[in-house]
Amino acid sequence: MAGRIKPITAVAIIFFLASAVLPLFVASWATLFALILAKGIVVLGIVLLLQAGQVSFGHAMFFATGAYTAAFWGKYIGGGDILIFVALGGITSTVFGLIVGLFVVRYREIFFGMLNLAFSMVLWSLLEKMFHYTNGADGIRVARPGLFGFSFTPETFQYVILYVSLLVAIAAFYGVQRYLDSPLGHMLRAMKSNETRLEYLGMSARRVLLIGYVISAFLGGIGGTLVSIIQQIATPEFGFWTKSGEFVFIAILGGGAHAFGAFAGAAMFECVRFYAAAHLADSWQLILGVVLIVIILYAPNGLIGLRQRYGQSRRGGH
Amino acid sequence: MNSTLAILAVLDGISYAALVFLVSVGLSLIFGVLRVVNVAHGSLYAFGAYLAATFSLVIAQVSPWLTYPALLVASIVIGVVCGGFIERFLLRPLYGRDDVLQLLITFAAFMIMDNLQRLIWGVQPIFAAEPLKLLPNISVFGVNYTSYQVILLPGVAVATLFGLRYFLRKTLAGAVILAVTEDREASTAIGIDAQRVYSITFIIGASLAALGGALASPTTSLVPGMGADMIVLSFAVAATAGLGQIEGTALTALMIGLTRAFVIYLQPEFEVLVPYLLMVLVLLVRPFGLFGAVQVRKI
Repeated sequence: MAGRIKPITAVAIIFFLASAVLPLFVASWATLFALILAKGIVVLGIVLLLQAGQVSFGHAMFFATGAYTAAFWGKYIGGGDILIFVALGGITSTVFGLIVGLFVVRYREIFFGMLNLAFSMVLWSLLEKMFHYTNGADGIRVARPGLFGFSFTPETFQYVILYVSLLVAIAAFYGVQRYLDSPLGHMLRAMKSNETRLEYLGMSARRVLLIGYVISAFLGGIGGTLVSIIQQIATPEFGFWTKSGEFVFIAILGGGAHAFGAFAGAAMFECVRFYAAAHLADSWQLILGVVLIVIILYAPNGLIGLRQRYGQSRRGGH
Repeated sequence: MNSTLAILAVLDGISYAALVFLVSVGLSLIFGVLRVVNVAHGSLYAFGAYLAATFSLVIAQVSPWLTYPALLVASIVIGVVCGGFIERFLLRPLYGRDDVLQLLITFAAFMIMDNLQRLIWGVQPIFAAEPLKLLPNISVFGVNYTSYQVILLPGVAVATLFGLRYFLRKTLAGAVILAVTEDREASTAIGIDAQRVYSITFIIGASLAALGGALASPTTSLVPGMGADMIVLSFAVAATAGLGQIEGTALTALMIGLTRAFVIYLQPEFEVLVPYLLMVLVLLVRPFGLFGAVQVRKI
C-alpha cells in the first residue's frame, strides 16, 4: 500500500513546488495557479465524500457561503485581512455545513444528492433575490484585503494570494490525507463498501458521514473565500447548481481515489479553460464537455487512475 | 388581493404548470426506467424551444397555421436526434456502471448543448409569438387571457398525462417497458430487448422535454440559460412528486405552478425560491417524494 501511494505523494510535492516557482517566471500564471489551488481545496471536499460513495450536487452552497462571507465583510465592515476572511469563511461554512449536514446525512446516493441540490438552490435564490443585501445577480465586489496589516499593489497581491492559497492547499491536502488514513477516515471509506457492517461494528454511520460532510463543507468554504478574493467578486452564480456540477466534474477528472486527484483535476480543468477561453472564446465549455466525456468513457478513474493503470500493466497486471 | 388578481394568478399557475409538467414527466419517466438523472434534460427543453421558434418563424410566412405542426415536428426532431444520440453514444456504454458516471456524462452533454445553443442561435433573445397570437383571447370570470395558455397548454398536458397512462398500462409496448423496469434480467430472459426499451423510453422522455420547450417558445423570449433554469425546476417537481411517479408529477406541477403564481402577485422577490423551498420541506419529511412509496413501484 505504502509503496503505491509514494509516487503520488512525489507528484503532489512536485506540483506544489511548481505552483510556487513557475508563476515567478510567467506573471499571468500567478492567478491561474492561485485559482487551481483554491478550486482544488473545494474539490478535496468532494473527493472526501466520494470516499464514502456519496456525491453532493449542491456543494456550491458552501463555496458561495465562503465567498459571500468575504464579500459581506467588505460591504458592511470594510477593509479586512486575508487571514480574517479565510478564517471567517471557514467558520461560517462549517456552521452551515453542520446544520445542512444534520439533515442530509440521513440519506444516501440519489436522495443525498437531491437534498443537497435543493438546499443549494434555496441559498442561490436567496442570494439572487435579496437585492438589498446581496446586489442580486450583479454580486458584491470583494475589495482587495491586506495581510498582517500590510496592503499591496495589484502586482504584488497576485503573488501574496497565490502563496496564501498554496499554504492553505498544502495544509488541506496534508490534513485530508491524515484524516483518510485515520480510523475515522477508514470508517468513511467503509461506508462505501458496506455500511451495514460498519453499524454492526458499533459505529454510527450517520455520525461518520456527518464528520466527513462538515469537513468537506469547511474545505468548500475556505476555497470559496479564496476564489472570491482572487476574482475580487462574489456572485450568486457561485452557488448555482452548474458550479456544483463543475466541482464533481473536476473530482472525476482528477480521480476520486486519492486526495491529490482534486488538484490534478483542478489543474487540468483550469488550464483547458484558460487556454481554450483565450483561443476559442466561444467554445471552451464545449471542449470541457468533450474532455469530460472522453475521461468518463475511457478513463473512469481519472488522471490518477491512468497513472495507476499504467503502473499496473508495467508490473504485469496486479 | 382582489378576485381579479386571484383569477389571474390561478390562470398563470395553470399554464405554467402545464409546461413544467411536460418537462418534469419526461425526466421522471427516464429516471423511472433507466435509473438515470438526465442533467441534459433542460438543454433538450431549450433546444426544443429554439428549433420550434426557428421553424415557426420560417413557416409563418407560408401560413401562420402551419406553426402548430412546426412546434410538434421540432420537438420530435430534437427528441429523436439529440435524445437518441445521448442514449446511444453516451449512456449505453455506461449501463451497469457507477451512477455518478451516468449522471456526470449527461452533465457533459448539458455543457456541450449549452455551448452549441449559443453558437447556433446566439445570445440575443428570440421571439416567435405567432402561435400565441393566432388563437383568440377568452374571458374567464371577467379576466381576459390567451386561449393558447389556458386551453391549449393544459389540454396538451392532460392529453399527455392520460396518453402516457394508457400507453404504459394498456398497450403491449407499455407492458414491455414496465417489465424491464420491474426486472431487467427476467425480461431479457423472456426475449425482451432491454437495450431497445431504454432507447425508446429515453427518446420519449427527451421528446416530452422538447415539446415543453416548443410549446413554451411562443409565450416567452428565448434566452441563454433557460435550459439550466428549467432542469433544476423540473427536477424539483419530479423529486417532490417522487421520481418515477407520473400522476404525482402532474399534481406537484400544479401545486408548484399555483403557489409560484400567487407568490409572484404577493411577494415577487420570492418567486424563484418557492419550488426549492417546497422541495426541501417535502424531501426532509418524505425523501421518496409526496407520492413515492418506500418500496417504489417505479412507473
